[in-house]
Amino acid sequence: MALDPSFVGRSYPAAGTYQVGREKIREFAEAIGDGDALYRDPSAARSCGYPDVIAPPTFAIILSLRAQQALISDPELGLDYSRVVHGDQAFIHHRPIRAGDELAATLHVDGVRTMGGNDMLTVRCEITDGAGDPVTTARSMLVVRGSDGGGSDGGGSDGRCSDGRAPDGRASDGERDR
Amino acid sequence: MTLRCRTEVAEGDELPGLHVRVTRAGLVRYAGASGDFNPIHWNERVAREVGLPDVVAHGMLTMALASRLVTAWAGDPGAVVAFAVRFTRPVVVPDDAEGTLVELSGKVAQRRDDGTVLITITARAAGQTVLGKATATVALA
Repeated sequence: MALDPSFVGRSYPAAGTYQVGREKIREFAEAIGDGDALYRDPSAARSCGYPDVIAPPTFAIILSLRAQQALISDPELGLDYSRVVHGDQAFIHHRPIRAGDELAATLHVDGVRTMGGNDMLTVRCEITDGAGDPVTTARSMLVVRGSDGGGSDGGGSDGRCSDGRAPDGRASDGERDR
Repeated sequence: MTLRCRTEVAEGDELPGLHVRVTRAGLVRYAGASGDFNPIHWNERVAREVGLPDVVAHGMLTMALASRLVTAWAGDPGAVVAFAVRFTRPVVVPDDAEGTLVELSGKVAQRRDDGTVLITITARAAGQTVLGKATATVALA
């Protein structure tokens, strides 16, 4: 079942804000096996010019996943989440996420298309801080594998697909908050 | 740790490699930390039902391991201003003590006039690449 292309352009604000805590950053760092002091030690972070510990570059996926919930559960879209695999992922960090941030996230549907029996859904999560300034842009391509053996390459994979964009963006708007 | 200085970096430089064993216990831990509880990452029955050979690692865990390669080299994780990957093959994680070895390598592909460098990353598991077009843009000192 093809996804409805008219969803392109819709946006879904995440429910509530996300309070970034030191212990959540530490937990995430431990889960990825990273012992970097800037994820754990506020004084080490301050000596590098940050107001508090900072988060690893992929930490924002937590907010992106939360923001995706509204879209995934939208009955109009009719997405079968058990068929969804992650095709690609990109982050642009306007500044590092840090403990103490209170972040808001809005999910934007940037693309819907069908290829080889699979639907490709491109979403973009814009994350802003309490002042409304941009923090992270997280772009995800989700592959919804077709019901008749779509996914094609024998048994499916964590997003085997051939067309994802891998934007090589740089922080687009100048100064990063260090 | 100190942020690496761009003047000491040349195109073609190799980053120190990183080898990480991914186990089922590690997947459970990552599921909890990230909030991604998709059962294909911890339940063999569900993984097979959807056509996978076995439990597979979260693509985002593999991406996070790739971030470690870059941040350890850069000296400051906050210097990563852009980071992108494609998930091209699953990292299959058997139910044993050894798990699966993920091997990461990277090199400086480009030094730019604005002070950033482009890193290209290769990730392999079980002899095959598992990420495609994996790049990080790092703002060095």
